[in-house]
Amino acid sequence: MTTALTCTNIHVDFDGFKAVNGVDLTLDRGEVHFLIGPNGAGKTTLVDAVTGLAKYSGSVVKDGVELRGKKVHHIARRGIGRTFQTATVFEQLTVAQNLDIAAGAGRSPWSLLRRRTVLPDNVVAVLEQIGLAGQAQTPAGILAHGQKQWLEIGMLLVGDADVLLLDEPIAGMGHEERDTTGRLLHEIAETRAVAVVEHDMDFMRAFASRVTVLHAGAVLASGSVDEVSNDPRVQEVYLGASHEQEAIDAATA
Amino acid sequence: MSRFFATRAGVWSGFGAAALVLFGAAPLLLSGFRLGLLAQFLCYAIVAVGIGLAWGRGGMLTLGQGVFFGMGAYLMAMHMKMADAEFRNGHGAVPDFMELAGIRELPAYWVPFASPVFTIAMILVLPTGFAVLLGFAVFKRRVKGAYFAILSQALAGAFAILLIGQQSMGGFNGLSRFRYFFGYNLDDAVNQQMLYFIAAGVLLVVVAVALQLRRSRYGELLVAVRDAEERVRFLGYDAANIKVVAYAAAALFAAVAGAIFVPVVGIISPASIGIVPSIMFILGVAIGGRASLVGPVVGALAVAWAQTALSEQFPSAWTYAQGLLFIVVIALLPGGIASVAALTKRFQAKSATVEAAA
Amino acid sequence: MDLLVGQLFTGLSTGSILLLAALGLSLTFGQMGVINMAHGEFIMAGCYTAYVTQQVVGDAGVSLLIALPVGFLVGGAMGLVLEWLLVRHLYQRPLDTLLVTFGVGLVLQQVARDVFGAPAVNVTVPEFLRGGVDLLGTAVPKTRLFILALAVVAVTVVALVLRFTAAGRRIRAVVGNRDLAETAGISSRAVDAGTFFIGSGLAGVAGVALTLIGSTSPTTGQSYLVDAFLVVVAGGMGRIKGAVVAAVALGTFQAVFETYSTASLAKVGVFVVIVVFLQLRPQGLFTLRTRSLA
Ligand SMILES: Nc1ncnc2c1ncn2[C@@H]1O[C@H](COP(=O)(O)OP(=O)(O)O)[C@@H](O)[C@H]1O
Ligand SMILES: [Mg+2]
Repeated sequence: MTTALTCTNIHVDFDGFKAVNGVDLTLDRGEVHFLIGPNGAGKTTLVDAVTGLAKYSGSVVKDGVELRGKKVHHIARRGIGRTFQTATVFEQLTVAQNLDIAAGAGRSPWSLLRRRTVLPDNVVAVLEQIGLAGQAQTPAGILAHGQKQWLEIGMLLVGDADVLLLDEPIAGMGHEERDTTGRLLHEIAETRAVAVVEHDMDFMRAFASRVTVLHAGAVLASGSVDEVSNDPRVQEVYLGASHEQEAIDAATA
Repeated sequence: MSRFFATRAGVWSGFGAAALVLFGAAPLLLSGFRLGLLAQFLCYAIVAVGIGLAWGRGGMLTLGQGVFFGMGAYLMAMHMKMADAEFRNGHGAVPDFMELAGIRELPAYWVPFASPVFTIAMILVLPTGFAVLLGFAVFKRRVKGAYFAILSQALAGAFAILLIGQQSMGGFNGLSRFRYFFGYNLDDAVNQQMLYFIAAGVLLVVVAVALQLRRSRYGELLVAVRDAEERVRFLGYDAANIKVVAYAAAALFAAVAGAIFVPVVGIISPASIGIVPSIMFILGVAIGGRASLVGPVVGALAVAWAQTALSEQFPSAWTYAQGLLFIVVIALLPGGIASVAALTKRFQAKSATVEAAA
Repeated sequence: MDLLVGQLFTGLSTGSILLLAALGLSLTFGQMGVINMAHGEFIMAGCYTAYVTQQVVGDAGVSLLIALPVGFLVGGAMGLVLEWLLVRHLYQRPLDTLLVTFGVGLVLQQVARDVFGAPAVNVTVPEFLRGGVDLLGTAVPKTRLFILALAVVAVTVVALVLRFTAAGRRIRAVVGNRDLAETAGISSRAVDAGTFFIGSGLAGVAGVALTLIGSTSPTTGQSYLVDAFLVVVAGGMGRIKGAVVAAVALGTFQAVFETYSTASLAKVGVFVVIVVFLQLRPQGLFTLRTRSLA
């Protein structure tokens, strides 16, 4: 188990409003690391910072290289992949084309100017892994909601990302799809570092290797599921939310 | 049908049929005058192919193609004026319009255009290079959408005004009255026909290049950038580079079209490259179908033909028609005629399956 | 010294003309994201309103005072119709809106040509605006001072309306977050229509004012439009403040540049300056921060 990504003292400031306020975070390979926290805690903004979308102070180091100040596409090339709160795939293109594009960031101009004759091996493998082998020629726009999210994860895999930052990857999924996604995440995390931003506590309990709780832009607690669940400050922040969640779970069970 | 044209055999037969019409039927059936008009329309069609690529496929609404068209046209016109002057008054002579404007000394930047090779090289390099520079400046800073459209339009306006102010480029009247095209007398009908063949040949080449760009991995990437530019960045691509290629290709096509336009039509002036003519290039592309390959060609030819047929006799009605076409086609049929074909096909396919099921 | 004052004033004056033409755009393009290429023709409609009013009324001074509010109503009514017929169906397609409204502009130009003829017409400048006043040793035309004052008034009124009236608050709410505003019971349809009315009305006012310094032809509006758009682009989306600063800056730049070279080079200069400026601030002078990925 090696450390893939180290964030130190991250601050993000929106015209004086501190959305992220001194966060330290380490992501290790082999772990599914959950980032939880109430709405507005700064989870998405933290992901934005690491991937170069939001300006920040502090430092993000991957495998010994400082990422701060690098452009979005350079950071992506260094193996940091992300998904978005609302799944964004190329709707007009087929599933296979989506994956082929995601696999091709390193292609030479010459190979770009030619037609694709066969699907690259890793695209075929990932199609299988994300369960979309049967839909390879389907336009991504007509996939079901959950399938789009899997496709997005698959796009990061074929792009050789080894740090995956997934923003609410199970939003809108049913129970079965959630479990499939959870198992997929663990499969992926065998050789990679996976961070998952999530609200769903049950999903977190079932699949988290480690948990970091954000609140008002700062880290409230970090550790195993049990450690974090028993932390009194977390209970205080989350009491309302978790009761609410339990009530919802009970109602839908 | 569309399946067939997607195959290799289909592509070849498509090009074969087009070549038969352009190189066989048209010269046989049309008078010299009409063939000349068709050559002019083909120049617009070449511009349209580029717009289809940049706008239809890449989402870059370039309202300033007149700039690149004009660059190609003026560069060619400079050479032809130099050649004419040299023919009349010997090496280093001042072109006739400069004499009239009281310019006795040939401006230094005109001198190298005596060389045909230099001129052709400039036509290929200068507009494209300018598009690359401007494209980088704009796309790297993520200026896009409406902002890009307005900037490109402002560029067309600035370029036309700049030319109007330059007496040594013919000013408001532009450059006209050419006698020779690389040594061929333009009064000769045979040479006029040769110009038509050049325009037709270039159109086929340009369509082939656009086809290859569309079907390559680059073409898929371009559509991806059009639909979700930011996503492409997060996959590790520099989206600006992808856009610049399509923009530069469109500029190159327009420049070549301009260069052929000048000997065909015999005049180039700021009036045919400014804001309004630039946006008019869009109309044919929109009518034919911005995202399709052949649609822009057909649309551009149709608009040019209608313009010639109607604008002299019914100037007022033609302007209304243009305005209404913009309104109706873009608002109600954004996919252009090409999408009608696709829609009816889907409808037929649907009724076919219904019949099969019944 | 005289030269400097003269240039500064010319800059301010050019800037105020730009601003008048751009103010309505800043509302419709800046606040709603709608690119209305027919805005130039609304300006042209304002010009012809001034012309027709003078034909009817006769007295130049009275007709100017009547034409200003009438021009606002004419422009505003045209804007309302355009919004209702076309623009509202195209809100998610800004580039298509641009092309459709260009088509509308073409039609309106031809209407003007058919009604008033292609040659330019002139409006008589009222007695009290003829001649100039002495400003620090420079003779300054009164018409230009009038336009400057009108621009100041227009900007002030728009800013006050946006800030202090209920309608203004609704506009700002819809600009800030359309969905949230809807949830709060604001009809964004009505707000859009209202914004379009005001923005287009301002074009009409600009048109009336512009007859004081130039003649009117069917293509009058078009010649102002591109510059006006550049002002909005440089000023930043949705920012009246940005439009003011950008208009004055571009006006001054153009005026100074013109004295040292030619008017045509000044146009090119403006374009270069804006492209360079966008390198530094791609979102314009002042930006509304939003979370959208686009
Ligand atoms: N671009 C922005 N401008 C201003 N405020 C922002 C911006 N992005 C996020 N915020 C604010 O930062 C806070 C954190 O947001 P976010 O990271 O989306 O929270 P989470 O993902 O944890 O729900 C929120 O209060 C949000 O309103
Ligand atoms: Mg979030």
